[in-house]
Amino acid sequence: MSKNVKIRRGANIKLEGAAALQTTTAEMASSYALKPADFHGLVPKMLLKEGAEVKPGTPIFHDKSDDRIKFVSPVSGEIAEIVRGEKRRILEIRIVADKDQQAPSVNTIDLSTGDGVKESLLSNGYWPFIKRRPYDIMAKPDESPKAIFVSCFDSAPLGADLNYLLNDQYAHFQAGLDALAKLTAGKVNLGVRSGNSGFASKSTNVVKNTFSGPHPAGNVGIQIHHVDPINKGDVVWTVDAQAVSMIGRFLTTGIPDFSKTVALAGAGVKEPQYINTIVGANMSSIINGRIKDGDYRIISGNVLSGDTVAGDGYLGFFPNVVSVIPEGKEQQFMGWLAPNFHKFSLSHAYFSWLMPSKKYNLNTNLNGEDRAYVMSGQYEDVLPMDIYPVHLIKSIMTNDIEKMEALGIYEVAPEDLALCEFACTSKTPVQRLVRQGIDTAIEELG
Amino acid sequence: MKLLKNVFDNLRPNFEEGGKFERYYKAYEAMETFAFVPGHVTHDGAHVRDAIDLKRTMFLVVIATIPALLFGMWNTGHQHFLALGQFMELGDGFMDKFLFGAMKVLPIVIVSYAVGLGIEFGIAVAKNHSVNEGYLVSGMLIPLIMPVEVPLWMVAVATAFAVLIGKEVFGGTGMNILNPALTARAFLFFAYPTKMSGNLVWVSTEGQATVDGYTGETLLAQSINSSTQYIDQAGASYSSVADTIYAAFMGWVPGSIGETSTLAILLGAAILLFTGIGSWRIMLSFLLGGLSMSYIFNMWGANPFMDVNPILQICMGGFMFGMVFMATDPVSAAQTNTGKWIYGFLAGFLGIMIRVFNPAYPEGIMMGILFMNVMAPLIDHYVVEANIKRRLKRATVTA
Repeated sequence: MSKNVKIRRGANIKLEGAAALQTTTAEMASSYALKPADFHGLVPKMLLKEGAEVKPGTPIFHDKSDDRIKFVSPVSGEIAEIVRGEKRRILEIRIVADKDQQAPSVNTIDLSTGDGVKESLLSNGYWPFIKRRPYDIMAKPDESPKAIFVSCFDSAPLGADLNYLLNDQYAHFQAGLDALAKLTAGKVNLGVRSGNSGFASKSTNVVKNTFSGPHPAGNVGIQIHHVDPINKGDVVWTVDAQAVSMIGRFLTTGIPDFSKTVALAGAGVKEPQYINTIVGANMSSIINGRIKDGDYRIISGNVLSGDTVAGDGYLGFFPNVVSVIPEGKEQQFMGWLAPNFHKFSLSHAYFSWLMPSKKYNLNTNLNGEDRAYVMSGQYEDVLPMDIYPVHLIKSIMTNDIEKMEALGIYEVAPEDLALCEFACTSKTPVQRLVRQGIDTAIEELG
Repeated sequence: MKLLKNVFDNLRPNFEEGGKFERYYKAYEAMETFAFVPGHVTHDGAHVRDAIDLKRTMFLVVIATIPALLFGMWNTGHQHFLALGQFMELGDGFMDKFLFGAMKVLPIVIVSYAVGLGIEFGIAVAKNHSVNEGYLVSGMLIPLIMPVEVPLWMVAVATAFAVLIGKEVFGGTGMNILNPALTARAFLFFAYPTKMSGNLVWVSTEGQATVDGYTGETLLAQSINSSTQYIDQAGASYSSVADTIYAAFMGWVPGSIGETSTLAILLGAAILLFTGIGSWRIMLSFLLGGLSMSYIFNMWGANPFMDVNPILQICMGGFMFGMVFMATDPVSAAQTNTGKWIYGFLAGFLGIMIRVFNPAYPEGIMMGILFMNVMAPLIDHYVVEANIKRRLKRATVTA
């Protein structure tokens, strides 16, 4: 049964540099990388060594806890370097791409059963696109989720317009949905923007729930909470909309093809637009010549919960957007006192609330210093969940597992509380704490 | 500005690790971040952040107290001259009254800030944590709730008590259970009752001869004997209850420095509500709580104090000041939205109840708020428990 949900609490942060609805294709990057850190909690076990030749779809490593879950090369080339960090933890597996890409081998896929689909996704590197709640981590193949959720719009600041991005991929998207439907005894739920369901309007074999209201209405965690909340013992899976279409493309053609489109957006981009690229591409292929001179931060993902990457770093596995915003290292004289018409605040202590349609060029300045909690009610105003966020965070700070469980650790992902972190007067690292709480919960509650 | 920046840049090495004054780095940091919003950038989590910080939050509260402070200065002078039979009309001797009041009030403000900030800086340096901005507000609130005749050493002692016992023993700003400013007042009230209550402390007469009929009684003290007959400092009767309410609303009556004028306080309330820093839930429920208790007493009517007009009841004494500046302290108030309604209502309700039931505690509002400060975590606990139960029930309903 589909639901119409009106999200009331939340906030849209209007930033300069939204991507125009046009797409160019990035040149082939010289190198690509897989980053195990994109998959929280993953311990990789290498299957190939440096110097090995790979083709698109060649497994490079698997999940140490489940060797069925393969992570594959997105391109053809040679494994150039395995970059390790502390305790020899693998940070990046870099692949130097061939100038002339070799064609991948075509798989025959058994689409008739759930097991056939599962097997194809696992061995061809598509499984990691599927995440599970609780905990927002990679799905476990043996679990049977009570439902699968796909959010069909991105409400985050500078988020990609999925209606544009997936406009002509209806068939692949549908193929992906049909395959996912075989993996759950429940339903595949789509979360669509009320009045603007776009590419998802023709989708069948799904339950469509409509959402209206501000960010984080497009976050799949918020949508699950309002449609079919996660209780103790429940498992649901979530898949990003573009990933569904990539899965569908693979299952239809049998060809491992990790090309995708990302929005290149933000005040630091000369002409914000959409870019065709490939998962794990070197960022320079996306940004070179396209961003302005100056001190900018490049974020693989959105400005609220993406990862900072260097200009020669790599695009992550999941993001549909690359954000480029100015660094904010300047000090401001008596900045806490000045009227600051150019600054944005959800509180009414600045004037931005009187100019609701103005777009802002926000930088990465923390705008203050880390403090103990003083203000109350700020988190509640931007978290449209029946959860007391401050109390949840405090239970995480004090490592009180029972409280964490009772207060909703199963339902939240860091991205769902990203606006709380944005709004916090005391500059509390909310997303880090949520992640920490989730890690504790995985350890103690399983 | 460039010059100031250079000064800080030149001084910094002395305070950094290995410098001469490295122990005092936190004190230096407090000064520097006061002058310049630091260039700290985000490292993880949200890459962009809201422009709000604690400095601006606290400073806006200080701005909101300024109408009450300025009015308090004038009124201190006004009450003084009224008692002496000079400048009897409101408009007379404006500057004389204001300057007299400023001479009386500013030393209290200075002592409060000097002692409070001194302790805050000292503890920050000793414990090597950042100086918190909370005292910017407390330091202004403490003078505003003192009687004008309070000795300065008592202000100093009370401030020290409030900061140390009221706040720092719990871990500093954000951790305290009681409102520090009210803690200071409660401390003085119980430690030195003769200097904090009675008829001699509210008006500064400086031992000069007063007019006939002068008593120094506040409206609250007069309410014990009659709910209809009130006199002002010159001994003149107010013509009606409405007249009394008008005087109490405007604030030209004796009382603690900053809490007499409902109008000035409401100006502050407007700033707090406009900026969203003060909780409208608490203010509204506090007002409703106070009014309902007043009406209940009106119906009961066992003594003159119970018969006091509810509007006069909330304009007198510290009710309005408590509602706008004390009960809304986000740290010591309830933190859940539901909890705020309960907390505010009960604080106002109990405040009037204590005021009327026990005239020996003329300022029941202080007691009401402090009591609810203690109860706030309990209220929140039950609100959160209800949420937990509701969420557990959801599982069985949908299953």
